[in-house]
Amino acid sequence: MPSVFTHEFNTPAFKGKVSFSTGLFINGQFVDGSDNTTIDVINPTNGKVVTSVSEATPKDVDIAVEAAQKAFDTVWGLNAPGATRSTLMGKLATLMQENADELAALEALDNGKTFNFARNADIAGSIDCIRYYAGWADKVTGQVLETTEAKLTYTRHEPIGVVGQIIPWNFPLLMMSWKLGPALACGNTIVLKPSEFTPLTAIKMCHLMNEAGFPPGVINVLTGYGGTTGHAISSHMKIEKVAFTGSTLVGRKIMESAAKSNLKNVTLELGGKSPNIIFDDADLEQAVNWAAFGIFYNHGQTCCAGSRIFVQEGIYDEFLKRFTEKTRSIKVGDPFAPETFQGPQVSEIQFNRIMSYIESGKQAGAKVEVGGERQGTEGYFIQPTVFTNVDPSMKIVQEEIFGPVGVVIKFKDEDDVIKQANDTVYGLAAAVFTQNLNRAINTAHRLKAGTAWVNCVNSLNANVPFGGFKQSGIGRELGEYALHNYTSVKAVHVNLGHKM
Amino acid sequence: MASLSARIVIRATNRELEIPTGLFIDNQFVPSVDSASEPIQAVNPSTEEPICSVVAGSAKDIDIAVAAARKAFNTTWGKNVTGFERSKLLNKLADLMERDQDILAEVESLNNGKPVKIARDFDIGDSIQCLRYYAGWADKITGQTIEVDNKTKLAFTKHDPIGVCGQIIPWNYPINMWAWKVGPALACGCTVVMKPSELTPLTALMLSKLIAEAGFPPGVVNTIPSLGSVGGAALSAHMDVDKVAFTGSTVTGRKIMEAAAKSNLKKVSLELGGKSPQIVFESADLDQAANWACLGILYNTGQDCTAGSRLYVQDTIYDKFISLLVSKAKELVIGDGFDEKSGGGPVVSKTQFDKVWRYIESGSTQGAKLALGGQKRPGKGFFVDPTIFTDINANMDIVRDEIFGPVLSVGRFKTEEEAISLANDTSYGLGAGLHSNDANQCMRVSSALEAGTVWVNQYNLLNNNVPFGGKKQSGIGRELGSYALEEYTSVKAVHWNFGEKLDWPL
Repeated sequence: MPSVFTHEFNTPAFKGKVSFSTGLFINGQFVDGSDNTTIDVINPTNGKVVTSVSEATPKDVDIAVEAAQKAFDTVWGLNAPGATRSTLMGKLATLMQENADELAALEALDNGKTFNFARNADIAGSIDCIRYYAGWADKVTGQVLETTEAKLTYTRHEPIGVVGQIIPWNFPLLMMSWKLGPALACGNTIVLKPSEFTPLTAIKMCHLMNEAGFPPGVINVLTGYGGTTGHAISSHMKIEKVAFTGSTLVGRKIMESAAKSNLKNVTLELGGKSPNIIFDDADLEQAVNWAAFGIFYNHGQTCCAGSRIFVQEGIYDEFLKRFTEKTRSIKVGDPFAPETFQGPQVSEIQFNRIMSYIESGKQAGAKVEVGGERQGTEGYFIQPTVFTNVDPSMKIVQEEIFGPVGVVIKFKDEDDVIKQANDTVYGLAAAVFTQNLNRAINTAHRLKAGTAWVNCVNSLNANVPFGGFKQSGIGRELGEYALHNYTSVKAVHVNLGHKM
Repeated sequence: MASLSARIVIRATNRELEIPTGLFIDNQFVPSVDSASEPIQAVNPSTEEPICSVVAGSAKDIDIAVAAARKAFNTTWGKNVTGFERSKLLNKLADLMERDQDILAEVESLNNGKPVKIARDFDIGDSIQCLRYYAGWADKITGQTIEVDNKTKLAFTKHDPIGVCGQIIPWNYPINMWAWKVGPALACGCTVVMKPSELTPLTALMLSKLIAEAGFPPGVVNTIPSLGSVGGAALSAHMDVDKVAFTGSTVTGRKIMEAAAKSNLKKVSLELGGKSPQIVFESADLDQAANWACLGILYNTGQDCTAGSRLYVQDTIYDKFISLLVSKAKELVIGDGFDEKSGGGPVVSKTQFDKVWRYIESGSTQGAKLALGGQKRPGKGFFVDPTIFTDINANMDIVRDEIFGPVLSVGRFKTEEEAISLANDTSYGLGAGLHSNDANQCMRVSSALEAGTVWVNQYNLLNNNVPFGGKKQSGIGRELGSYALEEYTSVKAVHWNFGEKLDWPL
C-alpha cells in the first residue's frame, strides 16, 4: 500500500494539515510502483526528507498506457462529448480553487518558491488555465471545404489518443495545467510524469480529479526518473504523442526516442537564454524593476528568464547602479515568510550546477557586481548575482544557468544589439525596453524568439501562445494554438456522384 | 407606490415564493417613471387564472435603461472588463441557474404552460449549458494580424463589443431564448436592455435577480417587460442602441428592421417564423420518421419557430406512414404542465388559441381532410389537441401560413425533385427535415433544401455549439455556436505605420 503523506503546516503564511496517498495514480487508483521502490521528497530550505512517494518503472508505464487506451476507447475520446469534457474540467477548476491554499503550501514546501508567488501566480494561473481550456472543449471544430458538387469534403479534428506528458520542477502545478488543459479539452487520455523533484501537487491533483468525477484511466500520473519512466514514455509504441517541458539536452533525447520507436508526434518546450534589451530612452526605473523580475523571478528557474541584459551605453552606468541596488534589496529566505521574494533553489543538483557556473564566470574574468556566493549554510539558497565585463564566449553568456544569475552587457546601437541578442542557439523569449514605439515594434519583429515582450518581461496569459524558435522548442503551448498539438486531422471525402 | 414583488403560490408543488415584479435597471427593481403605465398581467394558460402583475415599461423607462446600459458599457463593462472576468461571471450565472433549476421550472410552467419536467430538463438544462458555452468563448474573442508590408506597417483587427444591445424575446421558450441572447452578448462585452414578452415576463425577472447575485456590475443587463408596441418599438427606434436582436414573428421582424433603418441604422439580427417541411422517403425507417414527425409538430405544442408543420410523404409508403403517424400523434397527452401525465401544455394565450382555431377551421373550409383532431375542448385552459390535415394543396392558408400550434399539414409526392420543390415552395427558410436511408439521397436533398438548419433522419434537436438561423424571410444572422459572436462584435482594422514617410505634395 502506498504511504499516506501527512503534514502539519504551521507558518506565518499558511496553517493547516494535509493528508493524502502518495501512490502512482493509475486507472483512478493510488498504487505502489511495480518494484515497490520510492523516491524521497526533499525540502530545499534544509535538505531534509519530507516524505517519500511511489516510484514508477517502465512496467507501470505499460499498465498506465493500457488503462489510458481503454478509457479512450470507451469513456473518453469522442465517447465523451465536448460539453461533458468541459463540465468535468470546470469542476476540477472549482476544486482547485477550493483547495488553493493547500496546493500553494505544498508547492512552496516541495519546490522552495514563496507561498505568495505559489498562491497568486502558480496556483491562480493553473486554475485560470484549466478554466480556459474547459471553455475550448466543446469548440474544437473542423472545416467543410469547397471542392466540387460531386463531393462532400470536410475535416474532423479528432483527439490523438493516449498522450505522454513530461513536466519539470520549476512550476510544477502550472506546467501540469498547461499540459492537461488542451489535452483533456481535445479528448485525449494522458500518462503524465511529474518531476521526481516536485511530485506533491501533481499527486494532490489526482485526488481532485477523482473528486471531480473524471472516469478512471483518463489521467494517469506516474512519478519517476527521467531516465527510466520518462524514457519509457517517449519510446512507448502505444503512445501516439509526447509533450515535454525541460532542458534542451533532455529534449533531444525525447525526440530521438520518438523517432526510434513509433514516430510519435513531439512537442518540446525547452531552454532559453533570453535577451532583455534596454535602450537609452527606456523608462529607467521601470526597466530596472522589470529586469530584476526578469532574471530573479522564481529564483531564475524560468525557461524564459531574461538572463542576458543588454543596456545601451548612454544609460549603462546609471542602470547598473540602480540594478545592483535593486538586486541587493531582494529578500532571500523562508518561503513561508511574507517578506521573502526568493527561496532556495529546488535541489542540491541545481544548487551545485549554478554555483559551478558562477565559479566559471569568476574564472573567466567576469566581474561580480553583486552576490556570487551561497546564502547561509543550510538548504540550497544562492545570493542574487549580477556579472558584468563578460564576453560572448563565456559559458555564463552562452549557456542556460537556470538560477538567480544575470549578465549585463553594454551595447551601442540597434543593429548591434539585435545581432548580439539573436546570437544564441535558443529562441524562447526576448524583451525590449524603449519609449519609442516604432523602434519597439521593429525590434520585437526582428528578434528571433517565440515571445517578444515590449516594456515588460515574464508576462504570460493563458490565451496567448508560448513556445520557442530554434533550439528552444517545437510547437506552441497556451491559447488556441495548443489545441493543434492534441488533435489529429482527418479529411473525409464523400463521393456523391463521381462514377469511375 | 405599489410593491415591487409578488407572492405566488404553486398549489401543485406546495411552493410559495416571492418574485420581483419591478423593472430591472442598474441591478435594482424599480417602478415605471410613467404613472400612467398599466401593469402587465401574467396569466396561467392551463387555468386562465391570473398569476400576478408586473410593472410595464414605457418608452421613458427604456430611455433610462438604455442610459444605464450605456454608462455601464463606458465604465465597468465593454472594453473595461477582461474576457476572463466576463467568463467568470457567466459561469457564476450558470451555477446560480442550476441552483434554482426547480423553482425556475415551476414558474416557467405556470406562466407558459409547458410541462414542468420539460422546462426543467430541457429549457433550463439547455440554458445552463448555453451560458457555460458562451462563458467559454468570452476570453477567446480574437482578432487577426495580417501581413501587409513587413517593413512599414503592422495591420491587425480588433473584435470590439458592439455596445448597447436591445434584445426582444418571445414567449415560447422564455428562459431558453433569454440565455441564447444574453450569453453571446455578454461574452463579447456588450450591455443589454432586454424586453421579455409581455405574455411571459416572470422568469426573465427572476433571472435578472440572478444577474445581480452573480456580480455583474449595475447596468450590464437591464430588463423591461413591456408591450411590443411600446418597449420593443422604443428599443428598435432608439438613437443610442447600437444593435437590436429579435426573435418572434416575421410581421414584427419587418417593423423592427424598418425602425432600425429609420433611426440610427443600428445592426439588426432577426430570428423569425417558419413553415418548415419534413420529407419522408420510401427508404426511411418509417417508425422512426413518424416519431420525429410527431416531435417536429407537437413539441412545445407546436409553438416552435422550426416546427415541422408541413409533411411530405412519398407515394409508395403514404398509407402505411399516415396510419403510423396518426396513432403516434394520438398518444400525446396535452394537459396542465404540473400534471405528470402531460406531454405537452396549452397554447400560451387566448389570442394564440383563437388564432390556431381559426386556422383549423380554415383547413376544413378550404377542403383539407382532418385525419386527427378538430374537436375543441370544453372548459378552462387554452388546450389544443394534436391536429392533422391531409389532402392539402399549396394554396391553402394552413399550408402557407405559420400557425404556431399543434397542426400538421400532410401532402404526398412521387419523385425526389417534386419533394424538394414542394418543400422549398415557401417564403420561409428556417428548418427542414428529411428521412431516408439512401446516403446519396440524403446528401443531395440536404444540399437542395433552402433552410438554415437541415435535419437528416432527425428533427428539432439543437446543440449550443451549432449555429441556428433562417434563410429567406425566416431571418437575418445566426444564433448559437461561434457564429453568434459575430452578431455582437464590431470589427476595427488598425493600420499602424512604423516605417513609411509621406512625401507632400504627392
